[in-house]
Order: sequence, then C-alpha cells, then structure tokens
Amino acid sequence: MEARVVTIATELDIVRVRQTVRDIAVRGRFSLVEQTKLVTAASELARNALVHGGGGEVSVSAEPAGPGVRVRLVFVDHGPGIADLDQALTDGFTTGSGLGLGLGGARRLVDEFHIESTPGRGTTVTISSTSGGVVR
Amino acid sequence: MAMTFDQNANDDVADFLLEHEERITEDWLRAGFFAQHGGQEPEQARADCRAVLAAVADAARTGRAHDPAAPGFLQVRALLGDLVAMRTRHGESPSQTALELSRLKQPVLDLWTRHRRGDDDLTAHAVLLSTALDTLRLAVVETALSAGADIIAYQQQQLMELSTPVIKLWDNVLAVPLIGTLDSARSQVAMESLLQAIVDHQAAVAILDITGVPTIDTMVAQHLLKTAMAARLMGAECVISGIRPQIAQTMVQLGIELGEVNTQGTLADALAYALRRIGLLVARAENA
Amino acid sequence: MRPTGAVPVLTLGDVVLVSIQVELHDELALRLQQDLAERVAATGARGVVIDVSAIDIVDSFLAKVLHDISATAAMLASTAVVVGIRPAVAITLVELGLPLRGLRTAPSVDVAFTMLGVRQSAGSPASTVPPPAAEHPSSDVGRGRRENVGAHEQLPPSPRVREMG
Repeated sequence: MEARVVTIATELDIVRVRQTVRDIAVRGRFSLVEQTKLVTAASELARNALVHGGGGEVSVSAEPAGPGVRVRLVFVDHGPGIADLDQALTDGFTTGSGLGLGLGGARRLVDEFHIESTPGRGTTVTISSTSGGVVR
Repeated sequence: MAMTFDQNANDDVADFLLEHEERITEDWLRAGFFAQHGGQEPEQARADCRAVLAAVADAARTGRAHDPAAPGFLQVRALLGDLVAMRTRHGESPSQTALELSRLKQPVLDLWTRHRRGDDDLTAHAVLLSTALDTLRLAVVETALSAGADIIAYQQQQLMELSTPVIKLWDNVLAVPLIGTLDSARSQVAMESLLQAIVDHQAAVAILDITGVPTIDTMVAQHLLKTAMAARLMGAECVISGIRPQIAQTMVQLGIELGEVNTQGTLADALAYALRRIGLLVARAENA
Repeated sequence: MRPTGAVPVLTLGDVVLVSIQVELHDELALRLQQDLAERVAATGARGVVIDVSAIDIVDSFLAKVLHDISATAAMLASTAVVVGIRPAVAITLVELGLPLRGLRTAPSVDVAFTMLGVRQSAGSPASTVPPPAAEHPSSDVGRGRRENVGAHEQLPPSPRVREMG
C-alpha cells in the first residue's frame, strides 16, 4: 500500500492535492465520474483545512478492494477545531468564504466519510472511495 | 492451517521435484491437465509443466507448501488461469478439471516411494509432498473462481450498458427509453450515458422515457432528478415522459417532486415538445 | 494543466469571451472574476461567455465564482453564459448540492452567442441556432418557426465571429 503526503499551506497546494488524488484515482482505474467526485471532495477538504484549520496535510493511499481499488485520504489540521460537527456538516453553514457546502458536500461525493475534531486541537477528516462499482 | 516441516525436509522435497523434472513432466503430460488442446503445442505443454513443477518446488522449499498465496504459486497463477480457461472453452466441466488435477498427485508420490525405498524417514516428506500438490489444486480452483467472478462482473456491466440505449430522435434531440425495473446502479449508468450522449450529439433536448418502468423508488427518482439538473448544467434540457399514474402516485406519497423537471405524457408528446423547442414545426403535407 | 499567470479575456464585438485552459487556483479564479467585471463595465458588453470545457473539476469555490460572475454581469446589465460543463463535472456539482439554478448554460460557444442574440458569420445567413435550452424550459414553447435545425454544429477550436459591434 503506497501513501503520499501533500502539505497544505497555500492555495496552490489545493491544486497539488487535486493533481495527486487525480493521479492515484486514474491508476486505481476509477471511472471519470468516480475520479471527478473524489478529486472534488479532496479539493473541498483541502480548502477546509487551509481556510479553517490554518493549513495541514493530507495523506493519500490506495489498496486493493474486491475487483477495484480503494483510495483513502486523511486530512489533518491543527487549527481551532470544530465545536459543533452536526452544524458544520449542514449545508449552508460556513465560517469563511464559499457556499458553505465544503464538509457536507464532500461527504455526499465519497463512499465513506469520518470526521473527528477537538476544539483547540484540530480536525481530522478521513474519506475513501472504491473504484469498479457503479453502485454507491 | 499452520503446518511446519523442518527445512531439511523442505529442501529434500524441492530437490527431489527438480531432479526428477523430466520424469514427472512425462507423467503429468499423460495425466491430462497439461495435455494439448487444439492449438496447444506439445513443447508448450511441456514448458507449462516445468513452470508449475518449479512453483510447487519453490513453495515447498520456502516452507509454504500449505499456502496457495505462496510466491511460487502466485507466479504461475496467470498460467493456471489460462490453462483452466482453455479447458473451459473446450467444453470441459469443472469437475473434470478437478479430476485431472487430482491425477497429478499419484505419480509423484509413487516416484517418491520408489526413489527413497528403504529410507526410514519417509512419512514427513511424503506428507509435505502431498500437501504441496493439494495446494496446487487449491490454487487452480481459486484462480478459476476469481476468473468466474471477473466474468460475471464484466457481463453485469455489459448488460447494464446494453439495457440503456441512447437513441437519436432528431438532430439535437435524444431519447433514452428505460424498460424494466430500475435499480440504483442501472439508473446511474443511464444517467451517465445520457449525459455523455448530450455532449457527443450536441443535444438541446434529452428525453428520458419511463413508460416501460413498472415501479420507481426514492433512489431512482433522485437519479432522474439529478440527471435533469446535470443536463441543464451542460446547456441541454431534460424531459421525462411516460410516467404511469401509479408511479406518479407513489412518487407523491414518497414526497418526491419533479417540480423543476419538464414532464410530458407520452414519448410522442415529448418529441413534439422537443421539436418545437428546437424551432421545428410539424405540418401535414398538402397532397397527403 | 499547470497553474499559470492569468486567464486571457477577449472582447468580440459586444461579447466578452474567456476560455479557461489552465487549472484555476483560487486567486486566479478571483482575479478572473474581477477582470471580467471590469471588462464588462468598460465595454458595455451585452454578454459574457465563459468556456469551461477544458475544466475537469469544479468545486464549491469555483462554482461560487461562476455564480458571482453571473450575478455581477446581471447587475451590469449583461448576461453571462457558461459553456461546455463536462458530464462528470455536472454530475459532481449536482451531487455536491450545487445545481447552480440561476446560471445560464450552453453546450457550445456557438449556441451561447445565439442565446445572446449575436449573429454568427457574414457568410452563412441562415445560421439561426436553436434557442437556449437551459434555464427557463417552457418560456418560449411554440413561439414560431425557425429554420435550419441542424445548426448545432461545433465551431472550430477558436470561434469565428465576424461582423459584430
């Protein structure tokens, strides 16, 4: 299982995260739609880590899963954390710019979504999607 | 299954197999599994035999005679898969193949007995040899099973694409007649192929006709709705036609609204709408 | 696509045209938004055509930028049309919960120009293209006869737009 880590410190890093995830999804034989969903989710979460978490990093890994490949992304920031996760996952909730769909939107684009946050400590978001299944 | 043999026994058995490669190959070629079928060259069958034998020897030597995932077996997995596939193509049943595989074992054990006659310590070695050959059989069965699963998945995918054709009704007008029960996977495939067809044909109007769909659940209704919204983002209009009364009722009961989507009674209505939409007038010819 | 300096904005008669060919990072997207607003205000353009057919991902940030460009154009008495959203991008936007209802869209630059009421080419007088397909689905149903139905042909890579302004 290979893992790549991308630091998220500037807006340009969001683009790097997208390119890294795209690369791994292509090699995992994700369909175009599956790729686009995963890369978009990654873009949302990378921006979230940058804007709300003051930067952080993402580790990107791939492993075989059934006939396909599961790509897992773990976003870690050491920002202020999120006090009310339910609220943060609600559409329209935002503390920064954008349409306030970052977390909730990203959750709808992937197979698995897990978030942990400690106020004052930071936030970790883990997502994964698996290629080869049209069933979500 | 944890089985351990001492390294001497491992090496003995591996050496034995490699030393008697010629003889075992001859026996195995008679046993059937490697025998040539159709275009298979005799030289090729012989080479296959030697490769598989080397794999068994390798598994024995590395102490993993019991493990079908041992590196030795993994190396010949593709070869075993090809051999099984070839036999299947020639109409051989899985039980026939299994029988042929089981015939590989006896000649090797016989050879071992003759070779080490008078040796006290036969048992452990013979068990190891037997285990290695059983594992070979297991590896073949596993390979065959996974090949079967791949074929099923591939055919499911094909069936799904076959069952959702995109039809060009007119320049810039497309239709997807959906027939049969829609599940989430199928409506997703229909959605993706319709959207791609919109690009390919530069369609202005795309019609999803569900006359042939007996029931619709919330998930599928959501897919239809999403298709319409995605088509609009691409600059095309999506029309849904042929909603049966009972489906309309169910959808209302489920709280699904198609408010934003243009719906038409029948496919004919939808086509008439689409033609007006792209600026065409249908008129009766004067001399008709 | 590598991130680069800026997205070139062209003025063709009274339409402002931009074709995004680079991977947009946030700052670049915001600069484009500003450039477009200034260009529309300076030229009094009646339309803004944004070709995104080369873009393989639109996240909520870029979606908001497109939405804001459209809203800003409307305030400046202009109309923005987004052209060439790819199927995978469209599906993702919908799943994301961003159907961008207010946005006007077109399948090609050709159709977008027609939507904006711009004549295409001096050489082909009958090149009336079907009306806008998106946004108000039933607004001009049966409004009358149009000719040359097959006029959705794709333009060559760079649109030939003559006789304007």
